[in-house]
Amino acid sequence: MAECHPVGFQWVMEAKARGTKVFHIDPRFTRTSAMADHHVPIRAGSDIVLLGALINHVLSGGHDFREYVLAYTNAADIVSAEFRDTEDLDGLFSGFDAESRTYDPASWSYEPAEEGEAAPRGGEHAGGGRHHAETARPDQYGSGGATAHPRPRRDETLTHPRCVYQLLKRHFSRYSPEMVEQMCGIPAADFHRLAAAVVAASGREHTTAWVYSVGWTQHTVGVQYIRSAAILQLLLGNMGRPGGGILALRGHASIQGSTDIPTLFNILPGYLPMPKAGVNRGLEEYLAHAATDTGFWGNKRSYLVSLLKSWWGDAATAANDYCYDYLPRLTGDHGTYSTVLGQIDGTVKGYFVVGENPAVGSSGGRTQRLGLAGLEWLVVRDMTLIETATFWRDGPEIETGELRPEDIGTEVFFLPAASHVEKEGTFTQTQRLLQWREKAVEPPGDCRSDLWFYYHLGKRIRQRLADDEIDRPLRDLTWDYPEHGESREPSAEAVLREINGTGPDGRALSSYLDLKADGSTRCGCWIYCGVYADEVNQAARRKPGGEQSLVAPEWGWAWPLNRRMLYNRASADPRGRPWSERKAYVWWDEERGEWTGADVPDFERDKSPDYRPPPGATAQAAISGTDPFIMQADGKGWLFAPSGLGDGPLPAHYEPHESPLPNLLYGQRANPARKIYDRPETPYNPAGSSRFPYVLTTYRLTEHHTAGGMSRTLPYLAELQPEMFCEVSPELAAERGLVNGGWATIVTSRAAIEARVLVSGRVRALRLQGRTIHQVGVPYHWGWAGGGVVTGDAANDLMPIVLDPNVYIQEGKASTCDIRPGRRPTGRALLDLIEEYRRE
Amino acid sequence: MGAREWAGRWPVLRQLAGQDPRRDAARSARTDALVPRTATADSVARSVCPYCAVGCGQLVYVKDGKVTQIEGDPDSPISRGRLCPKGSASKQLVTRPGRVTEVLYRRPHGTGWERLDLERAMDMIADRVVETRRRTWEQTCEGEQVRRTLGIASLGGATLDNEENYLMKKLYTAMGAVQIENQARI
Repeated sequence: MAECHPVGFQWVMEAKARGTKVFHIDPRFTRTSAMADHHVPIRAGSDIVLLGALINHVLSGGHDFREYVLAYTNAADIVSAEFRDTEDLDGLFSGFDAESRTYDPASWSYEPAEEGEAAPRGGEHAGGGRHHAETARPDQYGSGGATAHPRPRRDETLTHPRCVYQLLKRHFSRYSPEMVEQMCGIPAADFHRLAAAVVAASGREHTTAWVYSVGWTQHTVGVQYIRSAAILQLLLGNMGRPGGGILALRGHASIQGSTDIPTLFNILPGYLPMPKAGVNRGLEEYLAHAATDTGFWGNKRSYLVSLLKSWWGDAATAANDYCYDYLPRLTGDHGTYSTVLGQIDGTVKGYFVVGENPAVGSSGGRTQRLGLAGLEWLVVRDMTLIETATFWRDGPEIETGELRPEDIGTEVFFLPAASHVEKEGTFTQTQRLLQWREKAVEPPGDCRSDLWFYYHLGKRIRQRLADDEIDRPLRDLTWDYPEHGESREPSAEAVLREINGTGPDGRALSSYLDLKADGSTRCGCWIYCGVYADEVNQAARRKPGGEQSLVAPEWGWAWPLNRRMLYNRASADPRGRPWSERKAYVWWDEERGEWTGADVPDFERDKSPDYRPPPGATAQAAISGTDPFIMQADGKGWLFAPSGLGDGPLPAHYEPHESPLPNLLYGQRANPARKIYDRPETPYNPAGSSRFPYVLTTYRLTEHHTAGGMSRTLPYLAELQPEMFCEVSPELAAERGLVNGGWATIVTSRAAIEARVLVSGRVRALRLQGRTIHQVGVPYHWGWAGGGVVTGDAANDLMPIVLDPNVYIQEGKASTCDIRPGRRPTGRALLDLIEEYRRE
Repeated sequence: MGAREWAGRWPVLRQLAGQDPRRDAARSARTDALVPRTATADSVARSVCPYCAVGCGQLVYVKDGKVTQIEGDPDSPISRGRLCPKGSASKQLVTRPGRVTEVLYRRPHGTGWERLDLERAMDMIADRVVETRRRTWEQTCEGEQVRRTLGIASLGGATLDNEENYLMKKLYTAMGAVQIENQARI
């Protein structure tokens, strides 16, 4: 965190100054480790073993926050008798189909409270079979709320053998300190110190926070890493409370915003799912499958209809299902990696790359570049001539002679982009806070904002339409924004106001609770409704922090409804009283009959803790006055996920796809549902291969930014970190004859790259399973050109294309490699070297 | 100013004479006349750092239509005026001399860049979108309506503004393009 989010780290140091214990769990010793109380080196790719052992420690020692767990989680819920755990099936859960490598989650569901009461329609429980698994499941994860029975059978004593609490106990029983020692390389004494500290800093008077970044997500089990942390935090009562939580430190200025208002294939704005072919034929069928009916997703009809009205305006009517049919349909995985394979195969003809540099920034660089070379046309919009724009003249494949510029038919348009100070608009930072940026100067020359580009491109496309039926969604699109200045820049405030939404009177709405399903309201992203409340750009608010409370509610605007902490109703006990005075945050004011406190309550303001839903209630009315997790179907925090995951209702440790070690926990070595591509462009290192004996992991440096387009080009930053390097331990350096300051070549089945050698005790050799495991760390900021003041080989060329089955993120943080002294060969000899490694 | 007076103002002489070199003895007439760029700016824009997702406040100082300095915003309750090395260097992101400000075009099988007028480039791109969309249009897939094109894809970075992402998703969806992705998955 001190390396990659340095200014955010000041708050960790503030906490430390107040007595907080800071543990840093990371394969590397970094600036964060230097400031932490304890650094815990770990083998990359083994975190679920550690988190599972912490869960086991809490459960077996009776350290859970029982009152919180009983009231706010699904610990007491009873799961179907059909369910089989990894304990029963040697690393698989029930429902796995080996042929399609997917799970049917039917057996993971709750047992209904009353005999014969069917589970609610929709989501996981609708349809079935393989087609359903491919079209409606993994693509949908991360959108809407997963469906579950809102009133399952419960055992408040937590003793029923099929209640979630007992399932959890059994499932995690084999995650022991000894296993942590053997799998993670963390000595038992270090584990016990960590476990004791976490338990001591949880409960009524204390909370523990977990902070993570892509070190937890870029794995074939990435989603289950986060699930593990969620289970631990729920058991300890650390969710929805000040100083608690699981904090995702996102890596880019508006990466949160890019998810909320997604340029992602599987979701519409506000996490509504994109429609799937065959299962979402009409609006009604879509809504039946889209999300849960209970909890705040129960208003999904209002959210979607308001979005459709925002896009298609007067053309969207009740008679035509508000133009629902204008939405294109998905048929499975349309993610960025399958898109690149589509470019190689010739299905994808044209590609827009906007402020991104896949030629060096995405896993399997060679595959990315072969994809670019397979296009008919490519539009690159950036502030610099990144490698994605120049691959056809200076890419590594040109150097090896695999490709010649004359043979590459891709037509390339490079359009220079405006910088962050040359346009206005909002970023959403990592705590969901929208901050408006004022424009300082006009962009130079041909530089334009992406807002300008897409607005004017849309206008031109609309001028070229025919009367054809396929053009109707474009013809009817609302595409009229005020233009300013000589370059006719569209008004970003007008776009933000459209995102916020308007009511029947045309005035800006102030809350998503005002959205209607009858077409009388418009809203471009329901969770952002309120950012333009009272016709004021709330994201532009800048009341100085020093003049506000610690929560600082008048700086920018956080979604939803300016709530700074999600699920904060859990900061009070079931009766609405703070768990302790020390940890008071939001509570029920009996006299005034409303929730109040330091933050905007994440609960209906006047819903009493005594409220109990009537039978058949839907949406928020189905959430009781004691259920804080209001987006969930049952209002509970899910220790066990009865639906919504593609690889199991509980986290299980699986080895990375490429790993030098066996899985000591189960016969099942790697995640059985992980997404593998059988492609010659991007082969895999065999698991346990002696040819690739070392763990390879990638990381960032303080002085650079991702693939380097915004940092290698700056002389100040280039001077601070001038050269691509790899970091190895003194033991590995001795084993391989690597010299500090000299050169090394790192080899995988995909590529061989060269880097300067940094021999340091910061990457420690780990002793486990009777052998020594060495890890090689490489920053991924360099590329061969990119207008960089400094250049170097691209680390992502080494990485495999193998994905998490829930969110299709690549395993960029744990794979295998070989390392040898000296520079890599060039030309044909480089290909021969890689070929030699593939053969053996 | 007489020679004696001039020599008396010379910092090194004053320091040799025993004055504290870390205080007034370090000052010269020139340093007395120096004014920070932040004090002489024509305007100051309130902005946000474009690198990581902490969202540090930035103050962007402008003189004569040029960015002259970028500083941390002390009012921000998030950053309290601090910036990291990247945020501190961000003025160079805007003002560095090597920045490309012209449209460049590489024709199929070409070996070099050519200049292209921006308006012309926009027209050419629009032509390609319309033609590719029509040619690769898929009304149904395995008998089910899909109304889409798999011929056009997009990958965006996560420094895009919310408003930009919104127009992208809106236009692409109306076009029927579904392979719309972002750094957020990577």
